[in-house]
Amino acid sequence: MKLLHYWRAMWGIIWRECWRFVTQKERFVSALVRPLVWLFIFAAGFRSALGLAISPPYETYILYEVYIVPGLCGMIQLFNGMQSSLSMVYDREMGSMRILLTCPLPRWFLLFSKLLAGTAVSILQVYVFLAIAWCYDIRPPLHGYGWVLSALVLVGMMLGALGLLLSSLIKQLENFAGVMNFVIFPLFFMSTALYPLWKIKESSALLYRLAEYNPFSQSVELIRFALYGQFNQHAFIYTLGAFIVFMTLAILGYNPSKGMMTRKGGG
Amino acid sequence: MKKQLFSFIIAGLFITPVEAETVFISLEKDNAIAVVDPIEGTLSKTVEVGRRPRGIALSPDNKVIYVAVSDDNVIKMLDAESLQELGTLPSGDDPETFALNPKGDRIYISNEDDSMVTAVDIAKKKTIKNIKVGVEPEGIAVSPDNRWVVSASETTNMLHWIDTKTHEITENTLVDTRPRALTFTGDSKFVWATSEMAGSLMILDTATKQIVKRVGFEIPGVAKDKIQPVGVVVDKANKHGYVALGTANRIAVVNARTHEVEKYLLVGQRVWNLAFSPDQKRLYTANGVSNDMSIIDLENLTVTKSVGVGNYPWGVAVKP
Repeated sequence: MKLLHYWRAMWGIIWRECWRFVTQKERFVSALVRPLVWLFIFAAGFRSALGLAISPPYETYILYEVYIVPGLCGMIQLFNGMQSSLSMVYDREMGSMRILLTCPLPRWFLLFSKLLAGTAVSILQVYVFLAIAWCYDIRPPLHGYGWVLSALVLVGMMLGALGLLLSSLIKQLENFAGVMNFVIFPLFFMSTALYPLWKIKESSALLYRLAEYNPFSQSVELIRFALYGQFNQHAFIYTLGAFIVFMTLAILGYNPSKGMMTRKGGG
Repeated sequence: MKKQLFSFIIAGLFITPVEAETVFISLEKDNAIAVVDPIEGTLSKTVEVGRRPRGIALSPDNKVIYVAVSDDNVIKMLDAESLQELGTLPSGDDPETFALNPKGDRIYISNEDDSMVTAVDIAKKKTIKNIKVGVEPEGIAVSPDNRWVVSASETTNMLHWIDTKTHEITENTLVDTRPRALTFTGDSKFVWATSEMAGSLMILDTATKQIVKRVGFEIPGVAKDKIQPVGVVVDKANKHGYVALGTANRIAVVNARTHEVEKYLLVGQRVWNLAFSPDQKRLYTANGVSNDMSIIDLENLTVTKSVGVGNYPWGVAVKP
């Protein structure tokens, strides 16, 4: 019986998120337009027409637009994770988060369900993006499309947990601009999404280290390897570790007796 | 280890078994031949052959590998299985490359420094004739019907049509600047020749010995002067030809009927010469500057792998 309660709650949360996603068509379009602008415009400018040097998981020379695709999948999930956190701040302001958290089920389970719902939405966006990239002649091996699903689940959960953690720290919706400037941009630009690590190393040893330890870099590499049918163990452990840390902190953050909300007076 | 096991399982699930074959690549700077397993995509070994090996081909029965060892001024014959030296053929000075006739009993060698084509009887290991051609002859091909030998001289900008019976030049065709390589179509009706400086592919009618079509190449983002066509091959079915575009790092896929360029495939730097797999489902390229070779899946028109082989890969030959 208790299991049924869990299932109902999880399904309710996922259904609400999906319903919101379906009704907010602009959100879907804007989530797609962003990576497509990067792919069609930014990558075209950096085309590297004579090919990028071979680095795993690639087994031959590739164009820049091929390199950038896994990073843009990560970008979709990063923005989606942050968007979820934005919507949670909104939920909190509107009081629906309070209602959700008063549900007689463990807080961690509710937050986990919330994450799962956000991740499902981001995965759908990624696959639509990959389908468009396929038409643009960026074609990873077919089995890669299957393997990348598991990577997308973990990365989506990790970035969602980061968003959840941030939402526990943000008092008002207006502060979200700070998240853009201090979280999303550094995470994205200081990663392997846009340029390979060896390229960053050529310009700055410090940037290279920062990019190497950036969990978003490891997420992108996990996606990149999975998309080409390979398993990057280091990236997997790193991403999983980051998920556990962010999730734990988010759960603590959403605990009214110990968390940040008590101090902020929000909730 | 895990990665290998994973790849193995994936390969087992998605890739149908293919016949084993061996690719030999001459390495101009390493004075050696690289032996590559193209199915595994690995370099098996490297065997020393002499100074500056360039042109490389197999006998029609696939038992002997011929290598033009330019700085040793010989054509070396190697056992295709053991890679042991079987002997040498006279070649004249600085043999760059060569062509075998369809029976495999004669070899025609381009002597770049002497502006000469040397015709050699393989069984007797004797020169039949030295044929004076234009300056810096390089590309050379024998028609599948064994009627013509065509030699391209880089500096004179000519194709020289040599009668295989008399070993005399019967005609010369003025072509675009710096012709580098050429090949006959399977029916011997046409010659495909590349011009490095003009950046073009010329298709000549064997009957009239005139250019009947010029194909140009354009790659978005690549400067025109980087497009330097070199090696060229046409499949047996006469459906597609493939042109190595040198410093453009591309292979152009040309429809052999319409002569339209259908696709450009990105390979290693300064792609040089090409060879088909025996079933013509794959194409192998020697990439001169990036020191590797690329494997192209011709069914899907994708480059599947590039394998490091050694310094200055030049020619490619494939043994079934």
